[in-house]
Amino acid sequence: MIAALTSLTILGAFLGLVLGIAARVFKVEGNPLTAELIAILPGSQCGQCGFPGCAGAAQALAEGRAPVTLCPPGGRAVALALAAKLGTEVNLAGMKDAVPMMAEVQEEICIGCTRCFKVCPTDAIVGAAQQIHSVFREACTACGKCEEVCPTESIKLQPILVTLQSWRWHKPVEAA
Amino acid sequence: MSEYLFLLLSTVLVNNVVLVKFLGLCPFMGISKKMDTALSMGLATTFVITFTTAGAWLLEHWLLMPLGLEYLRILTYILAIAAVVQFTEMVIRKTAPALYQVLGIYLPLITTNCAVLGLPLLNVQEKNSFIVSLIGAFGASVGFTLVLVLFAGLRERLALAKASPTFAGTPLAFITAGLLALTFMGFAGLVPH
Repeated sequence: MIAALTSLTILGAFLGLVLGIAARVFKVEGNPLTAELIAILPGSQCGQCGFPGCAGAAQALAEGRAPVTLCPPGGRAVALALAAKLGTEVNLAGMKDAVPMMAEVQEEICIGCTRCFKVCPTDAIVGAAQQIHSVFREACTACGKCEEVCPTESIKLQPILVTLQSWRWHKPVEAA
Repeated sequence: MSEYLFLLLSTVLVNNVVLVKFLGLCPFMGISKKMDTALSMGLATTFVITFTTAGAWLLEHWLLMPLGLEYLRILTYILAIAAVVQFTEMVIRKTAPALYQVLGIYLPLITTNCAVLGLPLLNVQEKNSFIVSLIGAFGASVGFTLVLVLFAGLRERLALAKASPTFAGTPLAFITAGLLALTFMGFAGLVPH
């Protein structure tokens, strides 16, 4: 019992020490700015900016290869946050309205083909083959991928209308 | 000397770890879409298997056996394997970032590659000496790399072949793997017992 405990503890501590030293020796100098930019971006990896996922976009932003307005789902709020982090001027002229959008299914013409269901990066669409699909308001980031693949143009981005059920206090960032 | 050569040949071809013993099937299907990644994955696994087998032999004979702790074998081996895999990951991340990105999740998953745990356990079962264990493990991992590269080459060609939509992709890969395993049974008489 004692031998088992001590030998495993010593073995674990020794291996931990070796790995700790190796972590210092083989340390990769990552850009800390990139990690902060990844935290600002939505993280749904939709690829609309033209970079391979949000990590690729963050790297391009950190190296100054992309404008802060590159993220369509992030919209105005993300563009402003990125500009504040990078200390650059932001030109919002090219941005669409800051109205929050979400995908909505027109049920009369949905044929239940599941194509939108398959491309959705946030799993916001529910449905099965031959069943009318539906969208979760909380999960949809309005990236627009479903709009492109829909064969009957039944799924479209619509502005979210504020109702008594959906009204909330603004987040501090947006209010400021 | 010829004894060791036969051992190497036997572990690479006759008792191939993937196609005859059916260990390490997860990376065999997962990382065999492209030739160069298959080769790199094979090399990383070779490194890990050879080192863990040596480490596991030393742990077995210097720590577990003298203290009568054979019942802790699997736990101890897993500890050693996890440490070696972590170490390999750090080295690859430092020296070849592109490779690190390509291997992705499969690199830490070498930890759970059953070939890595299976080979040291088989060595204990057969009471092999240190040199025999080491050569056996090296041969097995070379066999793993060989099969991975062969299969990747086949899949690269299959990707361009006109297959019926029912079979295209993964089903065809499974059938090919089965045929490859049948082919490797042809090596059975190669090494005299």
